[in-house]
Amino acid sequence: MVEHSKFKKLLPHLFLWLGIIIMLFPIYFIFVASSHTSAEILAAPMPMKIGPHLIENYRRALTEGTSNMGTPVLSMIKNSLIMALGISIGKILVSLLAAFAIVFFDFPLKKFCFWSIFITLMLPVEVRIMPTYKVIADLHMLNSYAGLILPMIVSATAVFLFRQYFMSIPREIPEASQIDGATPMQFFRNILIPMSRTPIAAMFVIQFIYGWNQYLWPLLITTKPEFYTLLIGINRMLSGADVQIEWNIVMATTLLAMLPPVVIILLMQKQFVAGMTETEK
Amino acid sequence: MALAICQINNDLSRGRRGGGHFTGCMVRPSDFHTEMDMAKQYEFKAKALPYLLVLPQMVIVFLFFFWPAAQAVWQSFFLQDPFGGKMIFVGLENYTKLFTDPTSGYWQSFAVSVAFALCITVISMVSGLFLAVQANKKIRFASFYKTMLIWPYAVSTLVAGVIWLFMFNPNVGVLAWMLKHVFHVDWNYLLNFNQAFLLITLAASWKQISYNFVFFLSGLQAVPETLIEAAAIDGAGPARRFQKIIFPLLSPTTFYLLVMNLVYGFFETFPIVHQMTAGGPGKSTAILVYKVWRDGVVNLDLGSSAAQSVVLMLMVIALTIVQFRFIERKVTY
Repeated sequence: MVEHSKFKKLLPHLFLWLGIIIMLFPIYFIFVASSHTSAEILAAPMPMKIGPHLIENYRRALTEGTSNMGTPVLSMIKNSLIMALGISIGKILVSLLAAFAIVFFDFPLKKFCFWSIFITLMLPVEVRIMPTYKVIADLHMLNSYAGLILPMIVSATAVFLFRQYFMSIPREIPEASQIDGATPMQFFRNILIPMSRTPIAAMFVIQFIYGWNQYLWPLLITTKPEFYTLLIGINRMLSGADVQIEWNIVMATTLLAMLPPVVIILLMQKQFVAGMTETEK
Repeated sequence: MALAICQINNDLSRGRRGGGHFTGCMVRPSDFHTEMDMAKQYEFKAKALPYLLVLPQMVIVFLFFFWPAAQAVWQSFFLQDPFGGKMIFVGLENYTKLFTDPTSGYWQSFAVSVAFALCITVISMVSGLFLAVQANKKIRFASFYKTMLIWPYAVSTLVAGVIWLFMFNPNVGVLAWMLKHVFHVDWNYLLNFNQAFLLITLAASWKQISYNFVFFLSGLQAVPETLIEAAAIDGAGPARRFQKIIFPLLSPTTFYLLVMNLVYGFFETFPIVHQMTAGGPGKSTAILVYKVWRDGVVNLDLGSSAAQSVVLMLMVIALTIVQFRFIERKVTY
């Protein structure tokens, strides 16, 4: 722009690096911690260089877990993955269908459906903890994947995004498909879904992260270790007296819990930003 | 959590659409207007099919959203024996107890929640805006910087809590050790409210900066360059340009983020409190959402927990309405 001087040009780089360091240095700590023995960490302060026990710690975490909570992290990764994929894919499917109905059909209860979905925005899990728990208990879905996933797959966000996108599709396209003799469902499957790849990808990133990072809900409805997700597992590993906590294993687990959503956001950054702050076309 | 207050940006010519977060939604007034104004989308003719299509969504909405919400309202008028299921109608007693009985600690919890949410909002919005302004400058490596500042969005609130807990744990934390031995601070956040509050605020804000960064950056990128150049030619310095042009143009984004950050601070920080302080020392950091959980799940005081749920529901509804009203009136544009 207008001002040019060496220092002024350098300044933004300096600030941005400062921001990046603030974001990254805690990660360095946990990475280093996951490469030492528990004893080394307990004899504070722990060493600041990477230690020799990295692979051993991760192997132990993945296959054995900590001694105060004997569930291997591998099984918790499986649960987190099932929950995250179930929530993200379920949300996308259910929302695509609902948005399809709301945009491409006229039916008496349309407005009612639209507003019902809208109102769910005002009812987050946090404000209906006990009664939702009771519904799940009555349906015998405590400690089950269905219980972890189903209540989470309603998303006004996704319905509105898809609705918005569907409205922007030229009306000649559904019209032509109709003239060519395609049924509405054929239009949905063969034309609409392939056309909607971009918003679907955007939703997938956002909802996968959302699903993977669920905490309160699994905390409520899982009591059996075989259904613990990673985040619940970390919480369980940390409950106990300080001396019993195997920090090296816990930190390895924490890093593993962080990795999948971070990798997804790095790989699909463009779709993610577009989904979050979509520009109107 | 699927909490979202809606983003309803003005339908400006450059019409950004906000939303996202795990929560966010992408509703704007235009979403509602289009129904009337715009040419309608082509409509297929079918009687039963649309109902079949919305059925899965509606079943879940009623079963897991409306029914429990109604239950919360209903239960809030009863005293319930958690084991027997005997319910005694007590009218508004659960509510009056919350607000007038000092042993309920509700006001204290309310105060700490407000302070917590405000601190997070200020810290993460100011840092997010500052970094976005830097990253929006025409500098080399801009896209690298962007990537490096966006990823923490994907870190879960619990993991953020665990990371900061580890660094500041009085026994093993490296930074706690430094505070003690280098700066001679008597650091033990498990016993000291101020330290506990500071720690959970930092952990919650650290994770939230990138959320604000994403939105502010995309808001900044939408500011027309010609406007800035024109102001520069007229002799406005960088600070003045920011104050007079950029910041006002950002106000819809800022307002949206203000609400979203408050929502995050109030409702989504449960994992941090649960993991780091468990509401302690004493009950001093028990924010409202933590208290609902604790009173319901741990203390099995279902009536009170239900009443608290209803109060929280009203708060979310109020925030949603504020968001709608304000934006419909257009935020300083």
